[in-house]
Amino acid sequence: MTTTPRWRALTRHHLFWPVAVLVILLLVNVPFTPDFFSVKMTDGHLYGSLVSIVLFGSPLILVAVGMTLVIATGGIDLSVGAVVAITGALTCSYISDQADQDALSGVLLAMAIGLAAAVLCGLWNGFLVARMGIQPIIATLIIMVAGRGVAQLITDGQIITVNSEPYKLIGGGYWLTLPFSIFVVAAVVAVTVALTRRTALGLLVESVGGNAEASRLVGIRSRRIKIMVYVFCALCAGIAGLMISSNTSAADGNNAGLWIELDAILAVVIGGTSLLGGRFSIGGTVVGALVIQTLTTTIYTIGVPTQTNLVFKAAVVIIVCLMQSPKFRAKVFGGGRFGGRRSAERGAAPADAATTPETVRTMEVS
Amino acid sequence: MTTTTHKPAAPDSRAPSRTARVLADRRLPVLVTAGLFLIMYAIGLSRYQNYGFAETQVFLNLFIDNSYLLVAAVGATFVILSGGIDLSVGSVIGFTTMFTAWLVEKQGLPLVLVIPMALAVGAFGGYLMGYVIQNFEIQPFIVTLAGLFLFRGLCLVISKESISITDSSVSSMAQAQVSVGGGFLSVGAIVSLVVLAAAFYVLHYTRFGRRVYAIGGNEQSALLMGLPQGGTKIAVYTMSGFCSALAGLLFTLYIQSGDPLHATGLELDAIAAVVIGGTLLTGGSGYVVGTLFGVLVLGLIKSLIQFEGTLSSWWTKIATGVLLCAFILIQRTMTSRRRT
Repeated sequence: MTTTPRWRALTRHHLFWPVAVLVILLLVNVPFTPDFFSVKMTDGHLYGSLVSIVLFGSPLILVAVGMTLVIATGGIDLSVGAVVAITGALTCSYISDQADQDALSGVLLAMAIGLAAAVLCGLWNGFLVARMGIQPIIATLIIMVAGRGVAQLITDGQIITVNSEPYKLIGGGYWLTLPFSIFVVAAVVAVTVALTRRTALGLLVESVGGNAEASRLVGIRSRRIKIMVYVFCALCAGIAGLMISSNTSAADGNNAGLWIELDAILAVVIGGTSLLGGRFSIGGTVVGALVIQTLTTTIYTIGVPTQTNLVFKAAVVIIVCLMQSPKFRAKVFGGGRFGGRRSAERGAAPADAATTPETVRTMEVS
Repeated sequence: MTTTTHKPAAPDSRAPSRTARVLADRRLPVLVTAGLFLIMYAIGLSRYQNYGFAETQVFLNLFIDNSYLLVAAVGATFVILSGGIDLSVGSVIGFTTMFTAWLVEKQGLPLVLVIPMALAVGAFGGYLMGYVIQNFEIQPFIVTLAGLFLFRGLCLVISKESISITDSSVSSMAQAQVSVGGGFLSVGAIVSLVVLAAAFYVLHYTRFGRRVYAIGGNEQSALLMGLPQGGTKIAVYTMSGFCSALAGLLFTLYIQSGDPLHATGLELDAIAAVVIGGTLLTGGSGYVVGTLFGVLVLGLIKSLIQFEGTLSSWWTKIATGVLLCAFILIQRTMTSRRRT
């Protein structure tokens, strides 16, 4: 009632709720770990809970950013976890075969090979989705099932350990007092935001997600856009795979990146990107990934048994999804001034129009 | 094709239409899978004849070793036929093994009491997911994903370590054998076949089964025809939860322990079995018998790899992926033909 227009504008900003959740989660830690927000300088490196949240969250942020664009086109990519495993396996097995594991050229070549394999996976997914017209969940299920087998084939079922200083840098090293992976993530996010928001690319992606057939008719090469986002998503997953295997100095075909696709989808959803496509927010995804990582860290620090981690995650998924569901809002806040107005406003927005059965159907057909 | 190019003037215009008709036949994927199974079995026979592949028991073991997968896949068939997807299958199975082992071993409850409890929990979980999917219009994918997290988390809440079952009623039931023409089947295999038969009856001979097909075929039309679409959808997920819990019980019998990591990723095997069995992933078309063949094909891959000896287990995953891909492409060509 007495809220100022500025406050109302703030709460209506698409990043408001994700950021609010993140801040609340961070604050929950303070009573349990009083020095939660303190960042110490040791041996020229910055240490602290905040730094480690970003460090351990880096692979997830990368995968989630790639996933955002795929979801924005109305698709989904379940194969990212397997791509993480394949990239790590290829890179580590190439490095471990070399006489001098510290040779920079060899490490770079190994990384290039790993990323090339990731791009190949992306091309395959994109081909199935855009050219063959197979539902994204199913098309990417193929690599999700077979990919870990391929990764184990590459590593011969072993966990390959490497001992390479240059390779250690990307996932576990420090640069300018900060973990190096933060710079990698920042670079990828910056490039993605620049490409999607400074050029028309983001608009095209959203348009394809809104209605692929209509976009094609107005002259957008929707197939090419779709293939591109799957390749980009796989590339991001590949970089994440490098980071994970570099951080542990080992490639584990079976467990590297396990469940990361689900965490990534969760991050995208928390970030406010509609799973129906047609609208996305890279910033929201980054915040969403941080929320998930903070949740994990919080569970560790407040002394709740770590095994309840998954139960908490489930609760978060349900709550976020319910809050995004117009029907739920109408039911719960229905008569109230708060929910009624909000759902009415949101209902008028084009993004929510995508939830009507007709558009859902056209999406499934396309 | 060749006939038309050789004799273009011949009144053989029926030939292409016949191929078209064969390709548009809904039974084609099931027949392809059945044929594939027979070919694979024949290959196994010719390669490992001297290692006892021809024994009846090797064939019956396919049913024994995959009984839980069959039950889970039958549940998944209902969900997929209705146009949805259930990702929580593996977690519910894992949870059921844990729940059963915990109640039997740590709480000392008799198995007779534990079984209905486990089934009720699974069915209730499925009901809740169906309720949320139906009433709040959230995608099945994301709701069952939450279910996956929830049940896997609950496993770990019960215990982080695996609980082995030493209860005599469990082990006697697990070791019980029913002799079938030259070999034997386990209790689990019998139960799974009963479930399959029941599912066959429900899907093809009851009103409920027809509703499942109708909703999967075209939800809008089903709604306009006045079918109770909401109730059917919720029932389908309830059934899938129930089947997953039953599969979990069979898995407990098979492995005689509860472990928080049991059956991780089994939902993918179940979905793969359904797809390889020829059920259209968009819903509305498929047979539960196809699911049986899908499970048998997956099981046969495993046993062929065992007989080969030198091949490692990861080939199972790759082979499953390749088969999945092949069948998805077959489905795709079929649906595109039907549309044009």
